[in-house]
Amino acid sequence: MSIEALPPEGALRTDVPVLEVEDLSVTFARRGEQPTRAVDGVSFSVAAGETVGLVGESGCGKSVTSLAVMGLLPRRGVQVGGSVRLGGTELLGAPDRTLRRLRGAEMAMVFQDPLSSLNPTVPIGTQVTEVLVEHRDMGKKEAATEAAELLDRVGIPDPTRRLKEYPHQLSGGMRQRALIAMALACSPRLLIADEPTTALDVTIQAQILELLRELVVDSGTALVMITHDLGVVAGLCDRVHVMYAGKVIETADRHDLFARPRQPYTGGLLASVPRLDAGRGIPLTPIRGSARDAIPWAEGCAFAPRCDNAQDDCLTEVAGSTVPLEYDGPGRELRCRHPLTHPSSTAGATSSGSTASGAGR
Amino acid sequence: MLRFIVRRLLQLVPILLGLSVLLFAWLRALPGGPAQAALGERATPEAIARYNELFGLDQPIWVQYLRFLGRAVQLDFGTSSRTGRTVTTEFLERMPGTVELTLFAMVFAIGVGIPLGYLAARRHGSWLDSGAVIGSLLGVAIPVFFLAYLLRLLFAVELGWLPGSGRQEVRIDATHITNFYVLDGLLTREWDAAWDALLHLVLPGIALGTIPLAIIVRITRASVLDVVNEDYVRTANAKGLSADTVRRRHVIRNALLPVSTTIGLQTGLLLSGAVLTETVFAFGGVGSAIYDAIFTRDFAVLQGFILMLAVVYVLVNLLVDISYGLLDPRVRVR
Repeated sequence: MSIEALPPEGALRTDVPVLEVEDLSVTFARRGEQPTRAVDGVSFSVAAGETVGLVGESGCGKSVTSLAVMGLLPRRGVQVGGSVRLGGTELLGAPDRTLRRLRGAEMAMVFQDPLSSLNPTVPIGTQVTEVLVEHRDMGKKEAATEAAELLDRVGIPDPTRRLKEYPHQLSGGMRQRALIAMALACSPRLLIADEPTTALDVTIQAQILELLRELVVDSGTALVMITHDLGVVAGLCDRVHVMYAGKVIETADRHDLFARPRQPYTGGLLASVPRLDAGRGIPLTPIRGSARDAIPWAEGCAFAPRCDNAQDDCLTEVAGSTVPLEYDGPGRELRCRHPLTHPSSTAGATSSGSTASGAGR
Repeated sequence: MLRFIVRRLLQLVPILLGLSVLLFAWLRALPGGPAQAALGERATPEAIARYNELFGLDQPIWVQYLRFLGRAVQLDFGTSSRTGRTVTTEFLERMPGTVELTLFAMVFAIGVGIPLGYLAARRHGSWLDSGAVIGSLLGVAIPVFFLAYLLRLLFAVELGWLPGSGRQEVRIDATHITNFYVLDGLLTREWDAAWDALLHLVLPGIALGTIPLAIIVRITRASVLDVVNEDYVRTANAKGLSADTVRRRHVIRNALLPVSTTIGLQTGLLLSGAVLTETVFAFGGVGSAIYDAIFTRDFAVLQGFILMLAVVYVLVNLLVDISYGLLDPRVRVR
């Protein structure tokens, strides 16, 4: 669907960021159970041609954030608050019809497991063409030609034959390529990729990432990359938001983040990446405990129980508010009372902070 | 595909041989015999001996079996000791009734069961959902013959809305070409005959259809509940497809896979004769024929009918397997 085809009130603006998320919160409430806040006050924006990474462990709320943006969370038992704007149009609370018109056309998503994300009983061709028929008013024949071109563009050989095949007849990498082709069918302005390479083996991972990068560069799509893999972040993202227990705890551009992580959690993530040059016998350095050890943000810093830098004031509220996300130099934000310090940073290098081992190298 | 079908058909041979041995032994072990049943309680030993000689029942059992086998491969199962007609003729006359009844019962079960199961799943936790679950539990639990009596008593005897016995009113004097009475009525343009035969199917059809109905409701419901949470349904929604397309192409299509297996198996079961229901409604199908044959020790009819029903059952299951491959590309046989 082209922008001109939309009614004026639904027209997407080009003078604002493609995606603006402000103070997004998602609460799961089931009858008879304590409500769980999965996403809490998350804000970020993505401009055209920009790639933004949401990074964190399983359960930190990054996938829920993406589903909330797409409006794909179940309606029952879920409360979504804040604001999500696509090209200036508010998506939260928008009627189902509006969302269906935008999904697939203006915003699209690539999911983690390409096999389970494809319908096993419908040929690949139909699964690609249905997007075109729905959003671009194409006839079946026209859509089939276009679908073959799309498969070709994402690097699937012999596309006309593949269109007739079923998901189980394709390899894992090809399935993910097919999913990407579906997502790109209508040249969306926003593409959300939720761990698109996790289910693939390493060589295929690199190919898929390269493909995504080309697409962003070529078409100026805004890309949100959801991942726990710092290698993906390093290769692809312009800006990175590190999430923990539903909140953003550190924001920086890629180079700053890798060179000088400030949140001890970010430092821990970087340090826990296995390194080939670390020498034999040197143990890996994981972050203590697991994401389940988080405490509620209302009681202090959720990461404090696992943090080496934690001090008494990490667990007490200051002025009744949780640890705030604050300005931390140009282009950076940080939620931490005792951040890591680095010799090159302007902050006192003599303070007690231990330099993250991963960043020092 | 062809090899698959041929292999399955060849499997019929050992099945039928084994079944025929069992049947033969079982029938001969029954107290009394065809002679006594035909000639009555007070028949003299001489009369019985003569009767047995006439029908070859005085021969050793293995001789009887080999003779039976030799004729059976030519589709000759002998003649009924009760009616004097060949078993094959009897079968061809009775089977169409059972087929009609089965089709009616399954159309009823599918037509009500799939929509009900789907709605129950979509309104998960509502009164409709609970009602469907409890209702299907009752449907499985109520003995069919009890329900058949109940339906007959209420709708045929008391209210008189529907016919309660037989396949067609005798006074209609319909022409029968294929012995599918509804079909015959349509072919000969005797609309009243077709309509009357259809009305005769309603009560036994509903009685017979309750168990398949209950099973279809439960499986459809469970299957839809599974499928709506599948990743590919989320993908379909993420693609912005209309709610209707998501439902048709992505939810229902996949949810019906396990349902189709159930439908096939239940159809096979019903086709092999509903002895109790057919007896209650005096419905002239294979079920009531078997019931009569047991009481008159009509060995030829029992052997012939049961063997031919076994063939029908295996063929229906073969059809189910083939059609499953058409529905689910992952198990398609090459």
